[in-house]
Amino acid sequence: MSSASFDRLPDVHTRYVDIETAEPLGGPSLLVATRKGLWRIDADPAREQWCAAGPSFLGHVAHHAVLDPRDRRTLLLAAKTGHLGPTVFRSADLGRTWTEASKPPAFTSPDPLGLGRSVRSVFWLSPGHADEPGTWYAGASPQGLFRTADGGDTWEPVSGWNDHKMWETWAEWPDTEGTPDGSLLHSVNVDPRDPDHLYIGLSGGGVFESTDGGNDWQPLNAGCRADFFPDPYPEFGHDPHTVRLHPLQPDRLYQQNHCGIYRIDRPANEWVRIGDNMPREIGDIGFPIELHPRDPDTIWVFPMDGTDVWPRTSPGGRPAAYVSRDAGESWIRCDGGLPERAWFTVKRQAMTTDTHDPVGVYFGTTSGEVWASRDEGATWACIAAHLPEIYAVECAYPPAG
Amino acid sequence: MIVRIPTPLRSYTAGAAEVGAAGATVAEVVADLDRQFPGFRFRMVDEHGQLRQHVRVWVNQELVRDRSLSVAVTDADEITIMQALSGG
Repeated sequence: MSSASFDRLPDVHTRYVDIETAEPLGGPSLLVATRKGLWRIDADPAREQWCAAGPSFLGHVAHHAVLDPRDRRTLLLAAKTGHLGPTVFRSADLGRTWTEASKPPAFTSPDPLGLGRSVRSVFWLSPGHADEPGTWYAGASPQGLFRTADGGDTWEPVSGWNDHKMWETWAEWPDTEGTPDGSLLHSVNVDPRDPDHLYIGLSGGGVFESTDGGNDWQPLNAGCRADFFPDPYPEFGHDPHTVRLHPLQPDRLYQQNHCGIYRIDRPANEWVRIGDNMPREIGDIGFPIELHPRDPDTIWVFPMDGTDVWPRTSPGGRPAAYVSRDAGESWIRCDGGLPERAWFTVKRQAMTTDTHDPVGVYFGTTSGEVWASRDEGATWACIAAHLPEIYAVECAYPPAG
Repeated sequence: MIVRIPTPLRSYTAGAAEVGAAGATVAEVVADLDRQFPGFRFRMVDEHGQLRQHVRVWVNQELVRDRSLSVAVTDADEITIMQALSGG
């Protein structure tokens, strides 16, 4: 039975409250960044009671909000408005009060490459290495990479990337505007064994790797298709939608690409298309790919229709996540409780997992719903609806209030 | 001189719709606003000193078309910052 609506599902109750009065409930919290502001949705330890607190920054374009897993206290938000420039806001009290970065991410001026690049959006936030508290990375549009060492107050360009002699060739320039914000640098992955070992994803542009803290970079795209080029296997120019490194097995990365689902186990330099194992009628196109916190062989994706004119909605209008428990060798459909028909999209930052056992899996939709599964994707319940278009859902474990 | 502040930027001016600022050019006035209200400038001007796409500035009734804001002003002028209507 896959047609249950959220208000018929048992054991899930959601309240809506002001952010000023909301306290964490002892379970995971979801940071839901939308086109019109930020919400925090808190769960009790059983993940049965949900409390949606917000909005913060109503009317602001909120691209990504992340709680620092190192101190469980510093919350960063990448935001802008329709008229004003991009910036980063910081909160030390889970979103009740905010201060703006005193030096937001910005390209070097004058532009060393002579391109006149200016940051249009701060799109992606990644906490840095565990041994470097206060360090974060930000990805932007145009495809700049920025770093802070003071918890997000002052940001510096990673000039080894931004001003690399190959930047204009590797990145999309002139940059484009699109869904949701054109040419993007995202998926900043830091190797837990080595803070100088970094991976980034460019949509479009491909996956790039640095082994010297971002001073120099190399493409890492062999084996990955780019069907929008005459040669479908170029060195770069691909469109990774999301790239995830598993922290417990840091030589393993997964990527949901514009042209398939892939896995790589370093030191191999060639991606393997594990999406070929998806059902043919579903295909292996989508935006997010999410990790199991304790099992590097388990991943979730949310397939979308990449045929014809690329509707980017669920194939056949039948929403479902898919899980693989064998590193992509086989896939299982997860649609219990999801609508029988729906035409939303799940964007690249809009799916996440918690660290409970069994793992909770969550996704947010362009139609403003947040769906939760307490059983690793087998059954789903809607825990919030009628929000603005959702760009990002991140899980956090704040200290209980 | 008087500078009129649009609603999206009033979070920096503690809600004030009009503030005082000094400078010999619009760019200098904006720099003075940033000294008074830290963070103000980067929201309306990018890292190269160019007025952002969806922000407009008038000196008295004259639209400032130079996006580097090098237009000369005097203390007798009134500057109005607006959010540009662009699309619907």
